[in-house]
Amino acid sequence: MSEASGAGSGPGPLPSAAGSPGSSSTGSSAVRDKGWTAALRGRLDGRLPLEEVLPTRQPAFVGSWVYVFGVVTIAALVWVLVSGCVLAFMGSAWWHTSNLGHFFNSIHFWSVQMFFIFMVLHLWGQYWGAGWRDGRAKTWMVGVVLFLVSIVTAFTGYLIQQNFDSQWIAVNAKDAINATGLGGFFNVLNFGQMYGIHVMLFPIALTLLVVLHIVQVRSRGVVRPIGDPYAPASGESVSRGAPR
Amino acid sequence: MSARRPKIDKADYYRGIRMAPYDLVKEIAIATIGVLVVVLILSAVLSSPDVPSATIQAWAKSDPVDFVTTAASELSSQSDVAQYGPPYTSGNGSVQSIGPIEPQVWAGVHVAVNAPLDFVLQPLSQSTVDDETLASALTTFNDASAAQQGKWLTAYNQALGSAKLVDTEVSVPGGDYGPVAVLMSRLLTLARSGGLDALLLTSDHFYQTDYSKPLLFLSDGGYFPGLAQVQDLTGSQWGMMNETGRYPGQAWLWLFTLWYQIPPFNAASNGDLLVVVMMTLLSVGLLLVPFIPGVRDIPRWIPVHKLIWREHYRNVQRGETK
Repeated sequence: MSEASGAGSGPGPLPSAAGSPGSSSTGSSAVRDKGWTAALRGRLDGRLPLEEVLPTRQPAFVGSWVYVFGVVTIAALVWVLVSGCVLAFMGSAWWHTSNLGHFFNSIHFWSVQMFFIFMVLHLWGQYWGAGWRDGRAKTWMVGVVLFLVSIVTAFTGYLIQQNFDSQWIAVNAKDAINATGLGGFFNVLNFGQMYGIHVMLFPIALTLLVVLHIVQVRSRGVVRPIGDPYAPASGESVSRGAPR
Repeated sequence: MSARRPKIDKADYYRGIRMAPYDLVKEIAIATIGVLVVVLILSAVLSSPDVPSATIQAWAKSDPVDFVTTAASELSSQSDVAQYGPPYTSGNGSVQSIGPIEPQVWAGVHVAVNAPLDFVLQPLSQSTVDDETLASALTTFNDASAAQQGKWLTAYNQALGSAKLVDTEVSVPGGDYGPVAVLMSRLLTLARSGGLDALLLTSDHFYQTDYSKPLLFLSDGGYFPGLAQVQDLTGSQWGMMNETGRYPGQAWLWLFTLWYQIPPFNAASNGDLLVVVMMTLLSVGLLLVPFIPGVRDIPRWIPVHKLIWREHYRNVQRGETK
């Protein structure tokens, strides 16, 4: 750190090697930085260097069409979020009274439909490619959680349309949710509660899970094809910063 | 337990694999624009569904007999909601359990509904201005014993079986209904004016966002499900995954909906709970696919992957992967 030049006023001795030419502040110096911040930085540097986040070379088999579904799922999610932000900003009743509002609702509606179509295709693609192999089970599991959270998010969206569809869905869904004992805490008849959950809590959760999922995919890399004759011997895992 | 796996780095992991140039940002940009174009076309051509919400006012105008019948069942605590059980009431009419497992009962009442008071007496008591007949009827009903109220309501509910619509009023054969006929008549008038839609939303707060009571009241009648039947939205019509009009609905709920169409789920009194348990187990199963022998091996047994990576396998056969 720059304080090592002598400007620091703390009571402790300053590490003489830190800040010297050739030293690194990321943990490779003779005397490593300590603390939670340094630990987090070192962990991120080790697990997710920029060349892994934004790769310019990938295994040639990534050219398969099946890899497109993950990217277009995220693309659809982008438009779900953008159109949702516009609808949220303009108010919950806007789209019923404005042609422009109805058009934005249509964008939201079709983006959601495409999001799910692509996500299911991505899920099936990963299943048939056994994408969880070589230490990628957590990546698969986060993807499944994403799928389930997406379903609940979409469900709350249907509940806050403020039209006949939302009334009917709420009245019918209540019985299944009540049967689990959750109906008093997740009241599908309460528009205000569902609105807050749909426009804030679940989108944040969904976005964070998507980021985590992408980080998992990028940090471990895509799995090799099944039955690859050049694959690592069975039982080998991959160190952090590389696919396990 | 086996020893910890030896670790290799990414270069080792991809040994034997030909690496190719790849432009992630370009791919994301093209995908984002491509999806937007498709979404814009679909939105412009097909729009999106928006069937107006049902109102109590429309219900009272289009099917007054059903409205009054429902209101009378609320007043006599005979309706589905009045006897529902948690989270609305302390009853057990709609309580579901699996053996001794009763999560609905364990959770208790959290959205308390007093059907006679919330749906009938309270709204009427807020509408007594300049209506001494109504005020008197309310006083008579409230001051009567529970047994007397029960006699009036039983007689009125039976009479509703032969009710007729005369102009805008629901007419029942003569009988000893006490003040009940006046209460129902006034509630129908209130509903037809649209006032009941608003009064069912009122509480101690100025701002309102909780539609529990008006929705529960609507759900007790026959008018509301009738509208859904026309739109192919009922449970037996796979309604959970349908949308109003000819639009795609929540198609991703197809499996959830499927269970409601087949035994034992479609005939069980605890069908909802059984379906939820089934879907929870299946969801956990999907989550744990990587660890379930057999399920995780299917992709190796059924070689769909030969299609997914056909170019790669072709190159392997030619010895061109390196």
